[in-house]
Amino acid sequence: MTPFTYARADGIADAITLGADPATAYLGGGTNLVDLMRETIARPDRVVDVTGLSAEITETEDGELSIGAAVRNTALAEHSVVRERYPVLARAILAGASPQIRNMATVGGNLLQRTRCTYFYDTDGSNCNKRQPGSGCDAAGGFNRIHAILGASPACVATHPSDMCVALTALDATVHIDGISGARTLPFAELHRLPGDHPDRDTVLAPGELITAITVPPMPFATNSTYRKVRDRASYAFALVSVAAALRIDDGRIGDVRIALGGVAHKPWRALKAEAILRGAVPSEALFREAALAELADAHPLRDNGFKIELVKRTLVAVLGDLAGASA
Amino acid sequence: MSMIINGAAAEPPVDPRVSLLDFLREHLHLTGTKKGCNQGACGACTVLVDGERIVSCLALAVQYTGRSITTIEGLSSDGALHPLQQAFIDHDGFQCGYCTPGQICSAIGMSSEAKRGLPSHVTADLSAFVTLTREELQERMSGNLCRCGAHNGIIDAIAQTVDAERTGVAEDVA
Repeated sequence: MTPFTYARADGIADAITLGADPATAYLGGGTNLVDLMRETIARPDRVVDVTGLSAEITETEDGELSIGAAVRNTALAEHSVVRERYPVLARAILAGASPQIRNMATVGGNLLQRTRCTYFYDTDGSNCNKRQPGSGCDAAGGFNRIHAILGASPACVATHPSDMCVALTALDATVHIDGISGARTLPFAELHRLPGDHPDRDTVLAPGELITAITVPPMPFATNSTYRKVRDRASYAFALVSVAAALRIDDGRIGDVRIALGGVAHKPWRALKAEAILRGAVPSEALFREAALAELADAHPLRDNGFKIELVKRTLVAVLGDLAGASA
Repeated sequence: MSMIINGAAAEPPVDPRVSLLDFLREHLHLTGTKKGCNQGACGACTVLVDGERIVSCLALAVQYTGRSITTIEGLSSDGALHPLQQAFIDHDGFQCGYCTPGQICSAIGMSSEAKRGLPSHVTADLSAFVTLTREELQERMSGNLCRCGAHNGIIDAIAQTVDAERTGVAEDVA
């Protein structure tokens, strides 16, 4: 690790004042940033500990769930409202990392964790435009079994590693941000970027901006929601592909649906094309497969990850089948 | 402000780069906590912070100022092994022993998580009372790897201890 100074923020205003220096990194549970600093991928001059900021989960008067950025992943999955009203969120969190890491990791930090592309981590021997802009992407022509099939660019084929973010994308969450130029909100699906020519930028956050909270809207049909993750071992592995979905059946037709995919792109992938085909239609396996095919029409497999296309199709069909069965 | 390590006060390190793991091992010479991967993948460095299990390799020691940390050295009392330590011996819950301190600290944290009703990835009903089946124990202990392959003995040891807790035979492991 390169040397840095450490300060503990005692409030949001204090944090963003300290964070205005561009060489500053905000520190949550440390489960990603400490590793990145140890690998010298992250080299902040100053680390501002924001774990002392809001760790509250509250229900607002209009039925939203407000989640402070410093809430630990375990606490969010454990919360009774999340378990009852947003099972997709509880299940996504419980599918991620290990219990120890979930006890440490914060919600804000989960959103800002970086890709687990092995070339990104290989500081000694690999070119990576995300780590070193302009150096090239060794993953595009290398071992890319875990990489993106949707929305990638010649500059970067990395995927976003979070499970929780896939659920929050499906739930139409809102990200609350504060910074020296003021507070703002963003739809969750607009926080993370596709790589384009700037894969070094994971999100649209400006330097020094701090995520302060996430709100999840009331979505009564999300009681019928779930998260399915497919990985190389039964536990404690990143997703090859994952599906977060919520489904409502009204009078034999799909009244409403939300779908997001993980492990397939540089950001959690909201499956709007699939949703459009499903909405209003009579549920059937053929329909679910048609929806999956539509979402994957623009998929571009790399040398080693063509299997992900069929895997997403099968996983999505299975998840929708389970949710349709549960609501029948 | 200091930290409490196994009941004794300790001043946090001056250099903020020092991980909690290195602080325990190199500064305090509490070498029971082991360094395996040093990147959060193996669980050998698991310790309890205010009763919650964490991996100390990804923790900056300065972040834990004011907190109470329990390591494997803090589990026995007056020379008597913690019930889980004894259960690991009884069930051959190790071969080389390197992962054992992390396994035991992790299992203690796991037990209190289950008691308060935290579900896991394999829990079918998110609102139901948690029953620590073998499948649940395997999932909940998946953050601790054993390269010797003693996992069956490890799960046996933990299962016996949590069963004993439920029936009141052994002392409370948490």
